[in-house]
Amino acid sequence: MTLRDILNKLLGRQPASAAKARERLQLVLAHDRTDLSPDLLNQMREEILGVVAKYVEIDFEGGAVSLETEDRMTALVANLPIKRTLSGEIQVKEQNSPKIEESISEQLS
Amino acid sequence: MTSDTRVILICSGKGGVGKTTLTANLGISLARKGSQTAVLDADFGLRNLDLLLGLENRIVYTAQEVLEETCRLDQALVKHKQEPNLSLLPAGNPRMLDWLKPEDMKKIVEMLSKQFDYVLIDCPAGVEDGFRNAVAASKEAIIVTNPEVSAVRDADRVIGLLNTNGIKPVQLVLNRVRPKMMESQEMLSIEDVTDILALPLLGLVLEDEQVIVSTNRGEPLTLIGSQSPAARCYSNIAGRLQGEDIPLIDPSKEGDGLRDKFRRLMQTKIF
Repeated sequence: MTLRDILNKLLGRQPASAAKARERLQLVLAHDRTDLSPDLLNQMREEILGVVAKYVEIDFEGGAVSLETEDRMTALVANLPIKRTLSGEIQVKEQNSPKIEESISEQLS
Repeated sequence: MTSDTRVILICSGKGGVGKTTLTANLGISLARKGSQTAVLDADFGLRNLDLLLGLENRIVYTAQEVLEETCRLDQALVKHKQEPNLSLLPAGNPRMLDWLKPEDMKKIVEMLSKQFDYVLIDCPAGVEDGFRNAVAASKEAIIVTNPEVSAVRDADRVIGLLNTNGIKPVQLVLNRVRPKMMESQEMLSIEDVTDILALPLLGLVLEDEQVIVSTNRGEPLTLIGSQSPAARCYSNIAGRLQGEDIPLIDPSKEGDGLRDKFRRLMQTKIF
């Protein structure tokens, strides 16, 4: 926060608009560059969540799949919070092989 | 085509960001530096390059007659009286758009390349046929944009299309820079735009009322040897294009000098 921002806050003015412009541009360009519509992105997000949910319990509400762009390279970034049990273990779905279950609980311990 | 002719597309995607003004001023600057320069108006729908150069009354033939072979290239070229190293090839009738193909543009540019060191193509706005025709004839490109969200977004789209068409190098000119707004962070900064578009910056052009005055008169700023902010910027860009090492203007240092203060005083409305 710059002195100017503080002054703006004190005076109840909106923060400088360049940061907002930058933020909006980065978002819109990430979509433009991939030609992916928000609908399609949402569909992809749900399918990715579905695949991951087959293996571990995930928090559907907290999950986010977004496109991030840097230097004309666009990356799909998925942030999928995995639910934990009260004891802190990752909730692994029952149908998975015991091997995976073991390795995950090993990593945790 | 002589391989050392530089065929440069001047494009932006969005309209009204300063393509034609840049083309006119770069053309004059390069010509003044001794390069044989042709400016080609590829905006057949809404041509304006003739007007900015003050050549609108001297057009007899256009690119259309050259392509139809009803006149020779040198008959259609309009030589600038005060700057004879510069010639304009005017855009033809808007109806040309119905039949004009990328090959036609290539043919025109090949003809121009035989006698000019620089061919600057003033690209139409948009990314449709007119743009595609102009791209087909170009080797390198200058993207003109403003520090505004819509202009930057459109520029990004155009850069993508230029990349897929193998145009290289693609350089950036940031036009209509307002140092005061940048300083107060109410305008995208130079770094913001170059970071987002990931292009090398060929130059920036400061917002300058004199640009309007010069277009009113049909005399580009670089022609009359003006020392106004935009005139210096244009001339710096021409120099860099020719490989001169000219440092970028620092917008935050603009307007501090006594001369600038005096200029502002002179421009202040009294009544």
